Amino acid sequence: MVASANSDGFVVFDGVQKSYDGETLVVKDLNLSVGKGEFLTMLGPSGSGKTTCLMMLAGFETATHGEILLDGRPINSVPPHKRGIGMVFQNYALFPHMTVGENLAFPLEVRGMGKSDREKAVKRALDMVQMGNFINRRPAQLSGGQQQRIALARALVFEPELVLMDEPLGALDKQLREHMQFEITRLAHDLGITTVYVTHDQTEALTMSDNVAVFEDGRIQQLDPPDVLYEEPRNSFVAQFIGENNTLDGVVKEIKGDACVVELDGGALIDAKPVNVSKVGERTRVSIRPERVEASRDRLGPDAHLIQAEVMEFIYMGDVFRTRLKVAGNENFIMKTRNAPDQTRHNAGDMIEIGWMPKDCRALDFPS
Amino acid sequence: MAMADATDQHGAPTDSKGRLLTSDGTPLRRALERANRRRKLTALALVGPLLAFILIFFAFPIAQMMWRSVDNPQVVDALPRTLEALQAWDGRDVPPEPVFAALHADMMEDLDRTRREQKFGPLGIRLNYELSAARSAISRTARSVPGFEAPYRDAFTDAHRLWGQPELWRVIKREGRPLTLSYYVAALDREYDEFGDIVKRDENRRIYVNLFGRTLALSLAITFMTFLLGFPIAYYLSILPMRHANLLMIAVLLPFWTSLLVRTSAWIVLLQQQGVINNTLVALGIIGDDGRFSLIYNQTGTIIAMTHILLPFMVLPLYSVMRTIPPSYMRAAKSLGATPWTAFRRVYFPQTLPGIGAGGVLVFIISIGYYITPALVGGQSGRMISNEIARHIQQSLNWGLAAALGTMLLVGVLVLYWLYNRLVGADSLKLG
Repeated sequence: MVASANSDGFVVFDGVQKSYDGETLVVKDLNLSVGKGEFLTMLGPSGSGKTTCLMMLAGFETATHGEILLDGRPINSVPPHKRGIGMVFQNYALFPHMTVGENLAFPLEVRGMGKSDREKAVKRALDMVQMGNFINRRPAQLSGGQQQRIALARALVFEPELVLMDEPLGALDKQLREHMQFEITRLAHDLGITTVYVTHDQTEALTMSDNVAVFEDGRIQQLDPPDVLYEEPRNSFVAQFIGENNTLDGVVKEIKGDACVVELDGGALIDAKPVNVSKVGERTRVSIRPERVEASRDRLGPDAHLIQAEVMEFIYMGDVFRTRLKVAGNENFIMKTRNAPDQTRHNAGDMIEIGWMPKDCRALDFPS
Repeated sequence: MAMADATDQHGAPTDSKGRLLTSDGTPLRRALERANRRRKLTALALVGPLLAFILIFFAFPIAQMMWRSVDNPQVVDALPRTLEALQAWDGRDVPPEPVFAALHADMMEDLDRTRREQKFGPLGIRLNYELSAARSAISRTARSVPGFEAPYRDAFTDAHRLWGQPELWRVIKREGRPLTLSYYVAALDREYDEFGDIVKRDENRRIYVNLFGRTLALSLAITFMTFLLGFPIAYYLSILPMRHANLLMIAVLLPFWTSLLVRTSAWIVLLQQQGVINNTLVALGIIGDDGRFSLIYNQTGTIIAMTHILLPFMVLPLYSVMRTIPPSYMRAAKSLGATPWTAFRRVYFPQTLPGIGAGGVLVFIISIGYYITPALVGGQSGRMISNEIARHIQQSLNWGLAAALGTMLLVGVLVLYWLYNRLVGADSLKLG
């Protein structure tokens, strides 16, 4: 169900497994291909195996089984310092006893680059992240965002073709994080480097990446561009993990090509798009995005599915309204509507009619 | 209570001098002081007992020791008249008759004192430090002094030949001051010549300078050995999971919990000529029976035993520093292209320097004043300065010299610490 290994990718994981204790697998049969110049994000909750994959790629962990290829060469037995992969660490790992300039010169120095070339390259890299004036500072004298930029510059200064980033923005505040997201993607695209980015923050993954691999339980659950991932989650884990999601549990009553009928646990029958169900009688979890739910009929097409709902709570959030509804027994059904002049503000206790398009209602697997 | 005269630019009340006031008109500064006073008193009460303890049992004895190294009351107390008469003496020949007459008067007065208060006993001991036989000259003369008649000069020289030698009189005149440097002169292997100049002692009587040098060298060797052995242990401890690290740490700390004498005796059992190590080596045929190593009662013994004892003092600060170095630094260095060795040398090692500094200073300062182990396993060549200080306190009873040696040791350590502070910075020390 996962993209099969494509041997002409720039980075290829081919049937990689990893176990720390010899009893449980942290990474189970990973196949993944990253194209040259691609920005791939590994997204998943902690313990899902994404960081382990990154560490195997960087060479700090060895794959228990399988092959990792970089530009067509197997790198399983290449030590980290010979892989030529730039890496940005979660806590930056700037060397505290060196100045910013010395930190940046370090990778060039160990590669035996001459002093004047080194200085030029360091200056270029610092200018690239707009930190040219900070060359003589120590890391401890910099703010978190500045350290982040230096760490980025250090990972790029020796012009690697592949850069790995391990939750690099985790320690920054929201505004700075958004700014750095933009900055990192811009740099990665301008320089044409292949980037593998690890995060547990879905917004980061969606806004930055060309492709996102969603990890859970040591497997890639889905590997797709952000829009496909968001709009067409392939299973209930992905649907739940990416963005906000309303779920209704039920049993498949009928499947007709691109449509199916689900009998909800409350007894109501709804139309849905069968994604992860194969036969009648199967238990399923139906998923609908809150922003695809509408309370006004004018905004819905003629074949919309309509259902009665009770308003539990109305939350005013400025740009949007969140209305918590009770739908078919589920009291946490959220409807998200834009704050438009004609938009109704509902009150708790109101009985309203809501609706959605059957194609936005995806019948997925029922999680065991 | 001063009322507000004005307000500052933000509208807060101020008095006539422009100082900020609180809302009830008290100057802000005084209000703050009052608010903080209680906290200060609590802090003082908490450190008070320890402070008093340190003052009474540490600072005061040290000050007393330093005072004793220059304190010189014996001659002044015993010979007030003689010293006055000696003022005109040129120091070349035997002093003239009035000096002997004064000496006679001083001695007669001393005989009238009760035994406890007699001053010639201490005088004899004091003069004997500078000139051997001075003590016997005084005690022998004191017995016959009541029978002396003028001219006293002949009477004294008849009683003991030393009275007829200008050397003794020079010592009396030189030490006839309440403060003296002669203990330090002796501690530096020097003495006064007949012209009162300070010169080096005869080669075979120089002890202390060499001993200071040896103490320094042994301490450095021990510090280096603890570093060599402690660094890998501390590193290994720091990368182990906490549970295993604690277990191993107990093994490292075990020497702390064993009696010093037991440990040292164990070393004697192991290291002596007929000991475990030598016997094993002979049994294995690695060395011949006549080629047994002398591992104890010499410098080797001191270094081995003290390295063992002081190892925890090196491991603990190192471990606490290494524990705080995240593994991501080494990884970062490797990902940037550094070989493991370069990564260690350029990135890891420099970050352990505060720990090395702390451990080094700690081990060095402890070992430079260490007494018991060198005394037990050091033999003759493994003795250190502290053993000599102890000898002067317990056996030769020359406390002045012991105090001078102790003061020099103390000043030496302070100078080294100051140097370390200048070179590395003491605030970078990390003791755990």
